[in-house]
Amino acid sequence: MTDYPPLTLHVPEPAVRPGGHPDFSNVPIPEAGSVDRPEVDADPASMRKLAYSIIRVLNRDGEAVGPWAGSLSDDELLQGLRDMMTLRAFDARMQMAQRQGKTSFYMQHMGEEGVSCAFQKALLPGDMNFPTYRQAGLLIASGYPLVDMMCQIYSNERDPLKGRQLPVLYSAKENGFFSISGNLATQYIQAVGWAMASAIKNDTKIAAAWIGDGSTAESDFHAALVFASTYKAPVVLNIVNNQWAISTFQGIARGGSGTFAARGLGFGLPALRVDGNDFLAVHAVAKWAAERARRNLGATMIEYVTYRVGAHSSSDDPSAYRPKTESDAWPLGDPIIRLKNHLIVRGVWSEERHKQSEAEVLDTVITAQKEAERHGTLHAGGRPSARDMFEGVYAEMPPHLRRQRQQAGV
Amino acid sequence: MPRKTMIEAIRDGMDVMMERDDNVVVFGEDVGFFGGVFRATQGLQAKYGKSRCFDAPISELGIVGSAVGMAAYGLRPCVEIQFADYMYPAYDQIVSEAARMRYRSNGQFTCPMVVRMPTGGGIFGGQTHSQSPEALFTHVAGLKTVMPSNPSDAKGLLISAIEDPDPVIFLEPKRLYNGPFDGHHERPVTPWSKHELGEVADGYYTIPLGKAAIRRVGSAITVLAYGTMVYVAEAAANETGIDAEIIDLRSLVPLDIEAIEASVRKTGRCIVVHEATLTSGFGAELSALVQETCFYHLEAPVARVAGWDTPYPHAQEWDYFPGPSRVGQALLNAMEP
Repeated sequence: MTDYPPLTLHVPEPAVRPGGHPDFSNVPIPEAGSVDRPEVDADPASMRKLAYSIIRVLNRDGEAVGPWAGSLSDDELLQGLRDMMTLRAFDARMQMAQRQGKTSFYMQHMGEEGVSCAFQKALLPGDMNFPTYRQAGLLIASGYPLVDMMCQIYSNERDPLKGRQLPVLYSAKENGFFSISGNLATQYIQAVGWAMASAIKNDTKIAAAWIGDGSTAESDFHAALVFASTYKAPVVLNIVNNQWAISTFQGIARGGSGTFAARGLGFGLPALRVDGNDFLAVHAVAKWAAERARRNLGATMIEYVTYRVGAHSSSDDPSAYRPKTESDAWPLGDPIIRLKNHLIVRGVWSEERHKQSEAEVLDTVITAQKEAERHGTLHAGGRPSARDMFEGVYAEMPPHLRRQRQQAGV
Repeated sequence: MPRKTMIEAIRDGMDVMMERDDNVVVFGEDVGFFGGVFRATQGLQAKYGKSRCFDAPISELGIVGSAVGMAAYGLRPCVEIQFADYMYPAYDQIVSEAARMRYRSNGQFTCPMVVRMPTGGGIFGGQTHSQSPEALFTHVAGLKTVMPSNPSDAKGLLISAIEDPDPVIFLEPKRLYNGPFDGHHERPVTPWSKHELGEVADGYYTIPLGKAAIRRVGSAITVLAYGTMVYVAEAAANETGIDAEIIDLRSLVPLDIEAIEASVRKTGRCIVVHEATLTSGFGAELSALVQETCFYHLEAPVARVAGWDTPYPHAQEWDYFPGPSRVGQALLNAMEP
């Protein structure tokens, strides 16, 4: 017999479910410009509060304010806007292509365009991203051809990966974009290893690791933090907190920790939390972390606070688990509109030019799509050969695979 | 030629490759300053520095996962998992990442990496210091799986593994680290210094992956074995007087099917022996291959002698371990008309 009441299991629930009224009033959003910008060589212990705040540059009037402002020129910002618009248009076309049966699968970035497009601008040639399946902005911002991306999605005869990989699991070494795996979080520790290799070789290149909020629960995440901390690896550890892991709200992965960034604190890593829909803030923080890595000061953890506006994938229907209008209530807004407004305030952009640019971007994407489709789509036109299926398992095909290839008649 | 233990030969193999190739790095738990719990990396950190040979946190997935990243960068990591029994946390990185890197990236990224793992039983290691998980690797497309049975092979195969452009699982039978073992646990152990296969050439040499070695030439029956079971099979052949031909496979994937075929076509009989558990073990693959390729030459069913389908026990070590009497009985059974 005991005097204690029966124990009960705590299972976190999102504040609102379908049919409910979206409410983010419990999400504290600091004023733009209100968070300090420490020196890159500051002691991680001195900046612990950055893991619990949100670094923001763009204020409600579209002005860039505070210590994190000013890391990009007009031209760089205009290019950034174009990159985000290209990614959004690309997403829309590929989502439609999936619905038309031209490919089996697609995953959109709606609402998260700012994170990857801005981050890429903090890297130098030779640096390596270890992305998840939702960072195609890294590719677009690095100038990777849209046609090649589409050919991968279509698994056609020009697919750089020969039809072996699911759509959107790109690989583009020359663009510093590591091969995407379907297995979540695996690339996080690999990024740390790549960065360790750069340090072992006394190189100057750095790595960037990427993970979503849900996947931080994977063991690889924790291994990566241990190794990054132990070896002071030159890596930027990015967490894209878009609030959702398919149907699971971020509280399931986060548990009792205040924020995902705070996970880094226990490992002695500087941990910053940033407005993921603020292109300027994302870039400034990324640049800070990259600078820290390049100066051999070690790894930095960054949590990008954003919202997954679209469905998880072309196989998902979010209305089954969250209110349809939840994204409209998201307090950090839309990264494209916010940067557009800032550029207008800055005097280098206008509504007219934006409309014109939208048309140009769409035209570029459609032209690329037509070119890609000339090389085939999943079920029609040119496709990789069955022979390609047997190649590349090993550098040299071993006898047993040669026999199987012969049996397959290719 | 100098005689060395298998441990010394393995260390020698890493030493040779670290000397030849700046991109070879060695790390794992207790591998650096201490030189490894089995002494396989002793002296390497002192000789090559902490950036080439270093201690790792106790995280198998971290060790293998970071090595995958290093290999993608262009290094040639040769990492250690302290016991094969502890590789499971790294299994996702091995199967989903290392093995598929070349294929899924169409050769943009590759994984020239060796994962060394002490393996096998016969040492009163109980459930978590005795396992033989080779079938969990041979089943994975993109991996090569190797297991030496003597010091000379261990060094030559390890050098080949480190030079190989693809990931290699290098299983080291820890029962053989200090001397050959034929399963006669009641007898004193012979050290490698008293065995001709303890002769290890100095410097660089390789033994190709995918090539078996015939340890005992015979005409009556073919025994397919690897690791410790090579010596058990030899003892069983000698004790039963059966003229068995014993093939030490050395490399499980790629497999020297030609050597196997040639032998079984000659003898007309075959048994497969391994320490690992029976069901879905690598012996099933070997048995199926022999049946497929040598059916018209077979005069008896292909038999398997393996560990029982139980976890590896402690007190019942010698009831579990497929020793010379069990292998000998299988030889006798297979020879019946």
